[in-house]
Amino acid sequence: MNLTLRVWRQEHAQISGAFVTYPVSDINPDMSFLEMLDVVNEGLIARQETPIAFDHDCREGICGACSLTINGIPHGPNRATTACQLHMRFFADGDTIVIEPFRAKAFPVVRDLVVDRASFDRIIAAGGYVGVSTGSAPEANALPIAKAIADRAMDAAQCIGCGACVAACPNASAMLFTGAKVMHLGLVPQGQAERSDRVLRMVDQMDAEGFGGCTNYGECHEACPKEIPLEAIARLNGDYLRAALSSREEDAA
Amino acid sequence: MQLDAKIPSGPIEQKWTKHKFDLKLVNPSNKRKHSILVVGSGLAGASAAASFGELGYQVDCFCFQDSPRRAHSIAAQGGINAAKNYQNDGDSIFRLFYDTVKGGDFRSREANVYRLAEVSANIIDQCVAQGVPFAREYGGLLSNRSFGGAQVSRTFYARGQTGQQLLLGAYSALERQISMGSVRMFPRTEMLDLIIIEGQARGIVTRNLISGEIRSFLGDAVVLATGGYANVFHLSTNAQGCNVTASYRAHRNGAAFANPCYTQIHPTCIPVSGDYQSKLTLMSESLRNDGRVWVPRVQGDRRPPANLPQAERDYYLERKYPSFGNLAPRDIASRSAKEVCDEGRGVGETGRGVYLDFADAIDRLGEHTIRERYGNLFEMYERITGENPYHLPMRIYPAAHYTMGGLWVDYNLMSTIDGLHVLGEANFSDHGANRLGASALMQGLADGYFVIPNTISGYLATAHPTPIDTSHPAVRAAEAGVAERIKRLLSIGGSRSVDSFHRDLGRIMWEHCGMARNAAGLRTALQLIPELREEFWNDVRVLGVGESFNQSMEKAGRVADFLDFAELMCTDALHREESCGGHFREEHQTEDGEAKRNDHDFAYVAGWEYRGEGKAPLLHKEPLTFDNVPLATRSYK
Repeated sequence: MNLTLRVWRQEHAQISGAFVTYPVSDINPDMSFLEMLDVVNEGLIARQETPIAFDHDCREGICGACSLTINGIPHGPNRATTACQLHMRFFADGDTIVIEPFRAKAFPVVRDLVVDRASFDRIIAAGGYVGVSTGSAPEANALPIAKAIADRAMDAAQCIGCGACVAACPNASAMLFTGAKVMHLGLVPQGQAERSDRVLRMVDQMDAEGFGGCTNYGECHEACPKEIPLEAIARLNGDYLRAALSSREEDAA
Repeated sequence: MQLDAKIPSGPIEQKWTKHKFDLKLVNPSNKRKHSILVVGSGLAGASAAASFGELGYQVDCFCFQDSPRRAHSIAAQGGINAAKNYQNDGDSIFRLFYDTVKGGDFRSREANVYRLAEVSANIIDQCVAQGVPFAREYGGLLSNRSFGGAQVSRTFYARGQTGQQLLLGAYSALERQISMGSVRMFPRTEMLDLIIIEGQARGIVTRNLISGEIRSFLGDAVVLATGGYANVFHLSTNAQGCNVTASYRAHRNGAAFANPCYTQIHPTCIPVSGDYQSKLTLMSESLRNDGRVWVPRVQGDRRPPANLPQAERDYYLERKYPSFGNLAPRDIASRSAKEVCDEGRGVGETGRGVYLDFADAIDRLGEHTIRERYGNLFEMYERITGENPYHLPMRIYPAAHYTMGGLWVDYNLMSTIDGLHVLGEANFSDHGANRLGASALMQGLADGYFVIPNTISGYLATAHPTPIDTSHPAVRAAEAGVAERIKRLLSIGGSRSVDSFHRDLGRIMWEHCGMARNAAGLRTALQLIPELREEFWNDVRVLGVGESFNQSMEKAGRVADFLDFAELMCTDALHREESCGGHFREEHQTEDGEAKRNDHDFAYVAGWEYRGEGKAPLLHKEPLTFDNVPLATRSYK
């Protein structure tokens, strides 16, 4: 396959970037998208040009490191597929492919296609956990959880923290990411004690990081490689409302 | 150098309890006066850092990824073993211990393995309490499945993403401590050297991967949880960033490296498709619960699988190992696949593949059940190969996956350097010469949640480290060494990329130190590796500057260490004149091609001491005794 790539190049966060065009030839359709970039980089190195920086690690769709917007869509055109699992057979010979980093104010560019997603870690640190120190756990089977509930919790817990939801959202909202954790821990009995506190603190942190609000476009779900359901956002809103009202009641009392 | 394992006295069932009582404690108000550096944030590192923080120590945790949640533990698929005996099928701590010692082909340390089995049940309790959504039965209780090398169902799982869910549990515990200020987290920060002062590990030199800044961190103890070295093969199931650098730097500073030749080749991976290949994708071993492995009976039979009648198929694992069948341990399953492909009976374009067929299971259980059990794995397979495994059998082939060898540690998980502790895949202790499926997650979390939080206090209470700061000459010297090496890599200005060297090294290692090894091949490798290393240091091309985000630079340092380490691995493989577990020496096999151990001469841990560049490493032996699981020839027939 022969392709034309238009790739965002930016040396660091403090200067502006621009698209650079690279003609690419002899691409094998069985390559993954990142393997195609490897081949491009080998060519750049051979010509003494700085290779394109991009985040990647597991290359099997689970670590959440890869963060490419391909032809305007985070992770590219295939449903439920990270960029590392996208294969070149889904493109046609002669295509022009535009590659950008995940764009959001809360994800500053580090270099080229690499962004800083530490804001996600800070949202989890604000409350995305069950406060159980090592050694204090009761016997695992002492607390049965209906299979249907455990399965729903797992649907939400599958989030890989890649940030495609934010990159896809016209508001750069992190509601699907935050909602996925709120839904996971809100469904299981272990998460109940901190449920109100958790949602209030995580939403506060989300706002402080500069993510936008949700206006129900649903683009996040479409882009999500793990198909986190929009129900996560509904649950986040529900929990937030309940927590905000009850904490006001507690303040009044 | 002495390899004193410091195994507590007494019957095996009481060693850990007794040892915990005997260990000196650090009182709660003194804990905050001690600082601990944890390198790595996978299952072992994150669980250790979180647990230290909960206990009240000051913790600095480092990872090279952009977030601790991306450590490669995240990719473990199948499950985690624990001796809960929820299935009432005869499991016990002793049986898990027994299976692990036997599965490791009698090359692990009994006392460590027993402790691992002993704390396994606590791990499940801890993870469930964190909200990890394990698979459940309709009654709401936890579900189990079987894994290779065991005849009981003791594996807990969360769909095909068990590692992800366990890591996110440990990560959430870690983030909780970060928010409470007891752990400082340094992502995109890579350890490039170890700092030793007065014989004690006291710090690390790091490179900030965004700015390129070289910075030292000091503490009272250093904990390495930096994973395995399977990427020495270039193509492996490991993440691209997995590397041996932290372990190898510790080795150069005096930590013995144990059994580097023990590597695990996983039987069920998607076969190589081309030269551009950057990684091999694992298909979980859990698939062997319902998938049947076969190849055509006759060599060169290229008919599509559906056209082969049952009588013309060879279900070779079921035939050779009737009692374990498709669930034979990994080393045996891998070698058998290699054998049938060597005989010319392999399938797929390259002939390096075997079928993993679900047709019978779909007939028996229905597509719905199979989808529920393995849906995400089937999707992943289809995404990569373009073939639908509900209709066509999968094609699989072995690939480098896990490394049982690692830095030598004693019962307290301390290396031969005082204060340097090593956890998880980075150490050597629990899996012998072959790891059983679903035991890596167990070991990582056992080390991090339940072992090191106890044993570190024994060290800190007695070590009396002297107060130091970063102006200490040893710190300055280590920093200068790191800066010098980076400068050197950038100034070579050769003609070949870092990746091209990594690829060449991988080919040498896979060919000569892979699934089957022999003396001639290993000697060839020991000649080729130094030549390649020489070429690397004269002709590698690393563009850009050190003071910036520079991925070629990062990788150059890692490949340079692999080039050194590969030689150690081959040296170890050449010296071990026996076959055991994942280490198969062609000269040492039984008449029917099974591994032939030599307990008389080789029932020991090989701990290698670094003696300087260009000098042969020195072998030290820790004899292994088997008082509780009698030495026997492993049989899965």
